[in-house]
Amino acid sequence: MAKKKVVVLDYGSGNVRSAVRALEAAGAEVELTADPEKVLAADGLVVPGVGAYASVMEQLTKLGALRWIGRRIAGGKPVLGICVGHQVFFDEGVEHGVKTAGIGEWPGTVERLQADVIPHMGWNTVRPPEKTKLFAGIENERFYFVHSYGVQKWEFDVTQPAMTPPQVTWSTHGTPFIAAVENGALSAVQFHPEKSGDAGKKLLSNWLDTL
Amino acid sequence: MSVAIRVIPCLDVDAGRVVKGVNFEGLRDAGDPVELARRYNLAGADELTFLDVTASSSDRETTYEVVRQTAEEVFIPLTVGGGVRAVEDVDRLLRNGADKASINTAAVSRPEVINEITERFGSQVLVLSLDARRTTDPAIASGFEVTTHGGRQGTGMCAVAWAKEAAERGVGEILLNSIDADGTKDGFDLEMIRAVRKEVSVPLIASGGAGRPEDFPPAIEAGADAVLAASIFHFGPTDMIARVKQQIREAGYPVR
Repeated sequence: MAKKKVVVLDYGSGNVRSAVRALEAAGAEVELTADPEKVLAADGLVVPGVGAYASVMEQLTKLGALRWIGRRIAGGKPVLGICVGHQVFFDEGVEHGVKTAGIGEWPGTVERLQADVIPHMGWNTVRPPEKTKLFAGIENERFYFVHSYGVQKWEFDVTQPAMTPPQVTWSTHGTPFIAAVENGALSAVQFHPEKSGDAGKKLLSNWLDTL
Repeated sequence: MSVAIRVIPCLDVDAGRVVKGVNFEGLRDAGDPVELARRYNLAGADELTFLDVTASSSDRETTYEVVRQTAEEVFIPLTVGGGVRAVEDVDRLLRNGADKASINTAAVSRPEVINEITERFGSQVLVLSLDARRTTDPAIASGFEVTTHGGRQGTGMCAVAWAKEAAERGVGEILLNSIDADGTKDGFDLEMIRAVRKEVSVPLIASGGAGRPEDFPPAIEAGADAVLAASIFHFGPTDMIARVKQQIREAGYPVR
């Protein structure tokens, strides 16, 4: 079987080398680029993200990547967001009292976590839903999280008949927050699969299987 | 159900080679940081820390190469410390595959560098490495003084106040190393951990003094979110990480 072609979106966001290597280890052919043609053509697109919500949104906007991401999702072409690249798919982010509009694929606000120790840094458990594809075959494993903000309320409008409710995975640090969302072509994870050892590799390989 | 206590082995790297040696059975090359990183990953390490002790900056290139190679095949978080002075140093480490950088002396000499680094890359990339020792100096109310240069130089600064300031400036974690306990194998300086814990809400990594697996749970009880050690892992039995985690688990704390 030919290897799946994956593009990791290159927009100057922290350590993306690990994401590239981990996807390769999971069996993909990976390129780190911001070339729109490649971004649109790839079997899968990974949107990494570290640092401040506002600066990630600003960088994505400046690059024109919001349009590419939108076109991919509309065309049913898989996209995987990681960490802040997960958070930007919600309505908005609030950091230091400043609101920033997100991509708005999902309802919800990214807000500061409520816990004694912040950032939430380290290996935590997750609670995936029954129909999960990303966590298939992964049980009793922990994933590596590094974040101070998260979505703590899921307000998806289930009364809209045209929309299939997304599969939501929860985790808890102080209070429950969304650890992953699987929504057709669009998936996103708050933790770092590329830093989560074998469990992370398995999750990435599950995602590659959906491409 | 909560975040697991992290167990972190630390390797001293000089010009691309591990110094102080490591005693693992069947190791082809005890000086190869990449092979050791692979071993510790398999043994259950939750993160790895490289401390770059390279004296000359011309040899520093080898450190980047080591980081690069490690990040190619070990998919757990990697922190690199030693020689981090400015935003550019952190940038280079991240580009080569490090997830976090730790800063020590440079932050003591110019605390603003913490703001500069974390404003650019976020809090999560920066660990404050704090070497502290006990003091009777009445000017230091907490009784713990910040030192630099591996504990050889006192600064007259209060360690608790410094930890608090660094967290306010933006560090995402504090690696608290007790200079007095370091190398004694008598256990962690629990009072020091408690004193810092009371004042900061960022994760606290305790270091210095671990001699046996039983030494670890008290450090967590005192407020550590993670524990870092070197020789107990390098020269202990190959399953030392598992033994340490077993002790932590039996004490009622979650581990991976």
